[in-house]
Amino acid sequence: MTRPMRRRRVASALVFGVTAGCAALTVSTLFFLLGYIVWHGIGGLNWAFFTQLPKPVGELGGGMVNAIVGTAKLLFLATAIGIPIGCFGGIYLAEFGHGRLAFLVRYAADVLNGVPSIVMGIFAYTLIVLPMRQFSALAGGLALGIMMIPIAVRSTEEFLKLVPLSVREAAWALGLPEWKTIAFVVIPAAYRGLLTGILLDVARVAGETAPLLFTAFNNRVWSHGWLEPIASLPVMIYTYSIAPYDDWHRQAWAAALVLMLFVLVVNGGARLLLPRRRAA
Amino acid sequence: MDVALRAERLSAWFGSTQAVQAVTLQIARHQVTAIIGPSGCGKSTFIRCLNRMHEVIPEARVEGAVWLDSENLYADGVDPVDVRRRVGMVFQKPNPFPTMTVYDNVAAGLRLNGLRARPELDRVVEESLRLAALWDEVKDKLRAPGTSLSGGQQQRLCIARALAVKPEVLLMDEPCSALDPIATAKIEELLYQLKERYTVVLVTHNMQQAARVSDTTGFLLMGELVEFGPTGKLFTNPSEPRTEAYITGRFG
Repeated sequence: MTRPMRRRRVASALVFGVTAGCAALTVSTLFFLLGYIVWHGIGGLNWAFFTQLPKPVGELGGGMVNAIVGTAKLLFLATAIGIPIGCFGGIYLAEFGHGRLAFLVRYAADVLNGVPSIVMGIFAYTLIVLPMRQFSALAGGLALGIMMIPIAVRSTEEFLKLVPLSVREAAWALGLPEWKTIAFVVIPAAYRGLLTGILLDVARVAGETAPLLFTAFNNRVWSHGWLEPIASLPVMIYTYSIAPYDDWHRQAWAAALVLMLFVLVVNGGARLLLPRRRAA
Repeated sequence: MDVALRAERLSAWFGSTQAVQAVTLQIARHQVTAIIGPSGCGKSTFIRCLNRMHEVIPEARVEGAVWLDSENLYADGVDPVDVRRRVGMVFQKPNPFPTMTVYDNVAAGLRLNGLRARPELDRVVEESLRLAALWDEVKDKLRAPGTSLSGGQQQRLCIARALAVKPEVLLMDEPCSALDPIATAKIEELLYQLKERYTVVLVTHNMQQAARVSDTTGFLLMGELVEFGPTGKLFTNPSEPRTEAYITGRFG
């Protein structure tokens, strides 16, 4: 074998080894993390965890039902705020977005996406908590909702753009106005993708802690309505894991497991929804 | 001659490139008028000007006039959406609405324009599918997705969809270019029947097809209408040397 040939083979093997190693590392990190959390968390999972309120400090047992419901409420509110704005923004970009304004919107969405989540918390704090002199579910939901906007904008835009021009042209040629074409032809053609985007968006903010710390704050009992402080799984994990009680640590692991499983299931659901590639 | 559609000094541009050069011609009612020419001669662009579909492309521009009966489709205040309801179009590649059933595809134009009455919809869907010579093949799978049909069936579905809104003129932009010979033969047969009720403008790169199905043929070259006349004469005794050169296969 000639020398250049041998060198190429060595280089090829080296690059293959490095890339394969990094790929394996990516997957194994996830599985290590999952395994570790299951290992620690499974013991803390019991009926009480899903059905009882936290016990007073010092007492053993209790659960996190209020935090589970709280996370659901916060995600509902965030979705109600972030998804309509994000989706309509995405529709604008995909269907009408030409020129400087569209560039500006896209740029703003990308920057917004990069804003540290704690800054979103400060924003909601200034906007809602300060004037109302009250931590609230509303403030937490708003902080998470704003975080959802940029991803919703870009995913909506991308999935709508996947609908081929020929389908739009077919609708125009029937004498359908632009809005009907979008509402009844383009969006239905892209709805699986759009739904996937929304689910991934929800999963992404489900684990956010920083924006909730001084907006939703925390609550050891039930939170009524939208204007009281509210418990959430991420904040409970944070609070419980820095506390000095073993029972709380156990419950924090369990909460981490529940949150992780939720994100996993939502992500998996989104993958299932994603349209399978078809020949156009 | 009973004129259904008349193009008057019609020019079209993509940005600064002129694709159609001041074409004037008359489309006779209840006839098939074919536009032939080599690739890139502007025939698709020309036909898309006839129902104001050219302008959906960014930076596209049109000058001149298109008269549908006594109305200029390019006059101020004419809504392209209304124009397209009166001048229907079938495209090169079959493009059924991907999420809709066979039935819904045909009913789409009427439904989305506000027709809700089920018996009326049923009647129009059947009538349109029969006109498109597709009824017998799909009457048992009206609830199947439109995209589950074969390519040739999909194209006839698109024809039925266009016919359902009762256009005055039907534009067909190389409707057989993505189809096999058998599916092509079916559509050509269909054209023969369609002209009893509709005025058809057919763009084709296939000279034999134009010779078989059309009554009048126009030859377009580099955006310019070289010759326009009865199909028999154009193919047997053209008056322009460039037409003769093209139909005898010397270029194109």
